[in-house]
Amino acid sequence: MSQTVEIRWHGRGGQGAKTAALLLADVAFKTGMHVQGFPEYGPERMGAPITAYNRISDAPIRVHSNIYTPQYVAVVDETLLESVDVTGGLKEDGAIIINTTRPKSEILPLLKGYSGKVYTVDAKKISLATLGKYYPNSPMLAAVVAITKVMDKEAFLREMELSFQHKFAKKPEVIKGNMDALRMTFKEVQ
Amino acid sequence: MSIRERLSGNEAISLAIKQINPDVMPAFPITPSTEIPQYVANYIANGKMDTEFIPVESEHSSMSATVGASAAGARALTATSSCGLALMWEELYVAASNRLPLALALVNRALSGPININCDHSDSMGARDTGWIQIYAENNQEVYDNMVQAFRISEHKDVMLPIMICQDGFITSHAVENIELLEDDIVKNFVGEYEPENYLLNPNQPMAVGPYAVSNYYMETKMGQRTAMHNAKQVILDVAKEYEAISGRKYGFFEEYKLEDAEYAVLIIGSAAGTCKDAVDKLRAEGKKVGLLKLRVFRPFPAEEIAAALAHCKSVAIMDRTDSFSGNGGPLGAEVSQAFYNARTSVPAVNYIYGLGGRDIRVEDFEDIYSRLETIAATGQITDQFDYIGLRK
Repeated sequence: MSQTVEIRWHGRGGQGAKTAALLLADVAFKTGMHVQGFPEYGPERMGAPITAYNRISDAPIRVHSNIYTPQYVAVVDETLLESVDVTGGLKEDGAIIINTTRPKSEILPLLKGYSGKVYTVDAKKISLATLGKYYPNSPMLAAVVAITKVMDKEAFLREMELSFQHKFAKKPEVIKGNMDALRMTFKEVQ
Repeated sequence: MSIRERLSGNEAISLAIKQINPDVMPAFPITPSTEIPQYVANYIANGKMDTEFIPVESEHSSMSATVGASAAGARALTATSSCGLALMWEELYVAASNRLPLALALVNRALSGPININCDHSDSMGARDTGWIQIYAENNQEVYDNMVQAFRISEHKDVMLPIMICQDGFITSHAVENIELLEDDIVKNFVGEYEPENYLLNPNQPMAVGPYAVSNYYMETKMGQRTAMHNAKQVILDVAKEYEAISGRKYGFFEEYKLEDAEYAVLIIGSAAGTCKDAVDKLRAEGKKVGLLKLRVFRPFPAEEIAAALAHCKSVAIMDRTDSFSGNGGPLGAEVSQAFYNARTSVPAVNYIYGLGGRDIRVEDFEDIYSRLETIAATGQITDQFDYIGLRK
């Protein structure tokens, strides 16, 4: 029987939740997996809540519906915790990963009694420390890889470095910062 | 050697267009097909292809320019969605009746209103009687494969008809999935050069395109279109066979998934077929004899073949991703029912409407549909001939 991991991303338009889902699909593909990465489009505008999805499997993926009972949820913007049902359908033996500057104790009461595992990561702190600017994508991606274990951490770092080298061919100075952000996230996510 | 990649449906069809390297591509952007001219324009700007790209001011113009280029003797194509296709209406008929073998990369999207950017088949199904060949895809792989086969079908001398390569807006167009690509040379050799028999830019053979036809001639041109569409059936199968030889992937009018011994069958077009396959496997594991017919070619309509493939079933659900508002179901429902009648097939069939404006359809929805089919077969009663699936209560 094939194993498929289903992940749902919550973010706000313009923050890169869709890009993070596509990046995860990309890197999982490169490690030999079958992947899906797709956004769910509502009214497109900066700041509106958006949802993106990943399926990652060792077998071809045929289903084309959205994901209603994910194993993992990644929340890129913590202000969504109050307006969107981020734990809706989330499996109790799964986990939620939240980007927040606050301690976990302040986040837990906002999760409507979700009894699964809760992880937090301060993408802002990591991003500012490593890149000097706030780009939540790289830390969130690393946090999701660390928690979901959809791929080996070293393989992930290797593929991301190749991908950054390609993406930032004209700005090689930002490659190290992005790689540092991934490594720092592996240590920081809790 | 096939190339393992991961691409969205729009990336995949754009790459096929790059490999085909047609002569002319006029286009006007509209969601969710906008990325196609965007990617192609990028390829051209970066010297990866030398297609003449014509940015135009509307879809009326993009199809007019495609028609003009094709009449001149060029291999031409464009891309659009939804209201863009609606604005091409007049030229769709012009392209087909002038027997111009151009192509259209259609990314299916709901027509207004209310305004909606998501997938349904109201755009292409509305154009079902324009005289175009229509081929649909379940996923990015099929979008790519269909595009590579397109000109071989449309330009065949027994066919000479425009062809629409359809994919589901966002669901496949914007979803990144694994895909196997062919090498550039293999595609180039497969598609070949376009050598039109009659074309405007041939100084040795002056001709008129699109003249007035009096009543004494008009009807014969329509019979010509009908004959060409009939001929397209064999050409589609022949091209698919050749394509299988270079790709290893098999295509026909439709795909039969666990249909051979199925008692209950769903007939569907597009990306939802993949979701339905998961439901079939789940129910098969519970011992239920369920199957799927995924229609790939809607024009020409393979009526006899569909009726024959479903004749052994106890009940069938024909799934339409658009409503005809006829009070008599959707377009696929109407045509399949007619096919059944003409083939003297008396399988009880319902026609369900789903997925309008991007409404999601899930594995559970298909499980429910199969369970309804079981009830219909057991009781002989149909209570919901034209139901809407997944409607808000």
